Amino acid sequence: MERAVSFRLNGKAVRVTTDDERMLLWVLRSDLGLTGTKFGCGEGLCGACTVVVGGAAVRSCSTPLKDVAGKTVLTIEGLGGARLHAIQQAFLDHNAFQCGYCTPGMILTAYALLEKTPHPTREQIIAAMDDNLCRCGTHVRIVGAIEQAAGAGKAGA
Amino acid sequence: MAAMDLSRRDFARVAGGGLFVFFHAEAARAQEPAQIPGRVAVPSDFNAFLRIGEDGRVQCFVGKVELGQGAMTSLAEVLAEELDVAYDAVDVVMGDTDLCPYDMGTFGSMTTPLLVPVVRRAGAEARAVLLAMAAERLGAPADRLRVKNGVVTDPARTNSAVSYAALVEGKRIERHLANIPVKPVTQFQVIGHSPRRKDALEKVTGKARYAGDQLPAGLLHARVLRPPAHGAKRLSVDTAEAEKVKGARVVHEGDLVAVLHERPDLADAALAKVKAEFDAVPAQPDEKTIFEHLLKTAPEPRVVAQGGDLAQGEKASASVIEGTYLHGYGAHAPMETHTATAVMENGKVTVWVSTQAPFSVKNQVVRGAGFAPEQVRIIARYVGGGFGGKTGADQAVDAARLAKITGSPVQVVWSRADEFHHDPFRPAAVLKIRSGMTAEGAITLWDAKIVGSGEREAKPFYAIPHQRTVSAGGWQGGNPPGMHPFNVGPWRAPSVNSNTFGRESHIDVMAARGGFDPLEFRLKNLTDERMKRVLQAAAERFAWQPAKAPGGRGVGMACGIYANSYNATMAEVAVGKDGRVRVKRVVIALDVGVVLNPEGLRQQAEGCVMMGLGYALSEEVRFQGGKVLNRNFDEYELPRFSSLPAIDIVLVDNPRTNALGGGEPPIIAMGAALANAIFDATGKRLVELPMTPAHVKAALG
Repeated sequence: MERAVSFRLNGKAVRVTTDDERMLLWVLRSDLGLTGTKFGCGEGLCGACTVVVGGAAVRSCSTPLKDVAGKTVLTIEGLGGARLHAIQQAFLDHNAFQCGYCTPGMILTAYALLEKTPHPTREQIIAAMDDNLCRCGTHVRIVGAIEQAAGAGKAGA
Repeated sequence: MAAMDLSRRDFARVAGGGLFVFFHAEAARAQEPAQIPGRVAVPSDFNAFLRIGEDGRVQCFVGKVELGQGAMTSLAEVLAEELDVAYDAVDVVMGDTDLCPYDMGTFGSMTTPLLVPVVRRAGAEARAVLLAMAAERLGAPADRLRVKNGVVTDPARTNSAVSYAALVEGKRIERHLANIPVKPVTQFQVIGHSPRRKDALEKVTGKARYAGDQLPAGLLHARVLRPPAHGAKRLSVDTAEAEKVKGARVVHEGDLVAVLHERPDLADAALAKVKAEFDAVPAQPDEKTIFEHLLKTAPEPRVVAQGGDLAQGEKASASVIEGTYLHGYGAHAPMETHTATAVMENGKVTVWVSTQAPFSVKNQVVRGAGFAPEQVRIIARYVGGGFGGKTGADQAVDAARLAKITGSPVQVVWSRADEFHHDPFRPAAVLKIRSGMTAEGAITLWDAKIVGSGEREAKPFYAIPHQRTVSAGGWQGGNPPGMHPFNVGPWRAPSVNSNTFGRESHIDVMAARGGFDPLEFRLKNLTDERMKRVLQAAAERFAWQPAKAPGGRGVGMACGIYANSYNATMAEVAVGKDGRVRVKRVVIALDVGVVLNPEGLRQQAEGCVMMGLGYALSEEVRFQGGKVLNRNFDEYELPRFSSLPAIDIVLVDNPRTNALGGGEPPIIAMGAALANAIFDATGKRLVELPMTPAHVKAALG
């Protein structure tokens, strides 16, 4: 149904008037021009489109716009500011990317994990990240980066 | 100002001031197609150049593409080294057919061995020119001058500094590569130190823009109607319902039926409303019958290597062993599907494309969309993975055609199902090997027939007196029609994953039959010192304990060569009763010559371990009647975080060999190393990749 949907996107109020059954991924990328969120599979099977909604990592390709009405949405563009977020910095320090296409989804999945579980075990990291696919095979570095980011959080707490 | 399209004079006009060094990667040039339709005024004397601008920044223009492999970083690194400028002052401009001279494409692990040496020489040449200029400016002999961070000083005098920027200011100097010596390895300051990747910041902030991230004003997203099976012809099409979708536009021109909409998801929805009938495809092989089919349909085999006399080898053998090894098709499955965004402006089309080969895509667009060469610019800035699957770019032709027809910018993005269906798959392969050995374990006979995979690295590197290897068909084309039910093409280390799987599985079969430890058996039959060295290095790191397989420990090894890089891989697995194979650890020892960027090489090798797990254990292409049945990632299992083994990469120092590529060699031995480890664990020999849980369970009985 075509209607105005309001939510907070990367800290700012936005209002989009469109068919509210449309998937958030396309509204972000096409209507709002935020291309950091990637299309990978369209069926919630790869994690490239992951964004954080109300603190949880969700697949934006399978999340209708109406589901985020009144909620907060964080995309890669909203993470960090003048300085990189600790997770971005850790990905950078570990070279936890190659082609970089899955990277925004990886970073946001890790962000949601650390929000909920600031000091995850390696097993918890693997479980949280397991449905995010990376074809370049940077997994070992991503795990290392998340461990670093979690450690940095510990030091700062 | 592409070398292909503009004369040198035009080039000079557009490129501005500064110092230019033009150079050529000779071996790459040798492979440039002799006849490119419509080539004009080709300055054929260079295919890359560097520029030191009046702002002191160094720009290097090469037609290679950054696919994630880190070429942008390693090229910047070697230039910084030779020029004595800061790494941060170097920009590498890649993959743009208007800015970069011709390049055949980014594949085959060629950037490092072919391009890097000339980039280094170009840097050294530029430095020599700048030093001569500085000598004049400072009134001091050039050999007395020192350079650091792009500033030349005369140590004999204070206040004698002059920067590269000041030297080139207001000038335009052109040089062709002369024979200036490059820095000796012992003087490297940047090379070998792994600086931060050039693409790091853009990739962790989401600012890296891929072909689909270009959103020009007025962009229409196009979805192209495609047949449900390979070889199916369209009988009828009805677009009436699609045309009723608000904002949708239908284009039907000849073979092309597309639905366009300003929103990509609404274009998808409109395409779903197109009704079309296709004819039935004649019977086609499936993933079970394909191997028999390949043997029946393959062309005449070609002799790849031979030596000695097979009959004599047979006589000299105490035992003769035959084996047949099978490898199914493989999908590239990059995270970014094939994508293109085309923009028309003043009769010229610019297409941002996810491709490894922008110059051949340019020709594809010229031919397929009806443009003159000077009207087409291809840009491949960032690409979301290629692995050999993004050399062709039909989507770029579709986007350019549709932009021409509609007058609007057009973006074509393949769905994941499209990506699986139209992938140029790694060909399925059958490897038949008949070998013999003495009672002491000396290999005396090797008679191999390779069907499907292609002949690259097919010749065994073991010292075998009587041998022959023949090969029929491959990934490079020339296969008879009907041999493969869909397109095949290069897949990371083309030919070599399959050929290594066959050879190294069979070597282990022989070792087991003769009662030898697999490492001992290999070393006994090797005279190649580089191969011995990587095997010993891997064995040391792995703490390989000599034993005859199967020993119940689940350890296995394999080794191989790709593009003159050497690889020895050792793995430890646990095999469950359900047929699931858990890979506990992998050690790979690599000799890739001089290591330019150890960190970059480790990244590539780790990635190869993960991708290798996929082709070895889980990635199974299923098909029937010309249809690929895998449509998404729930039906094609990529390795995941939970598959991650402990990975240990050993870089074997070899300063005597020039730097070689590292993006492909580490993957080649994964299939055989895991098959051999599974044999050691279970006593069952798996002869077909992928070794899925179903296959392993069936073997366990």
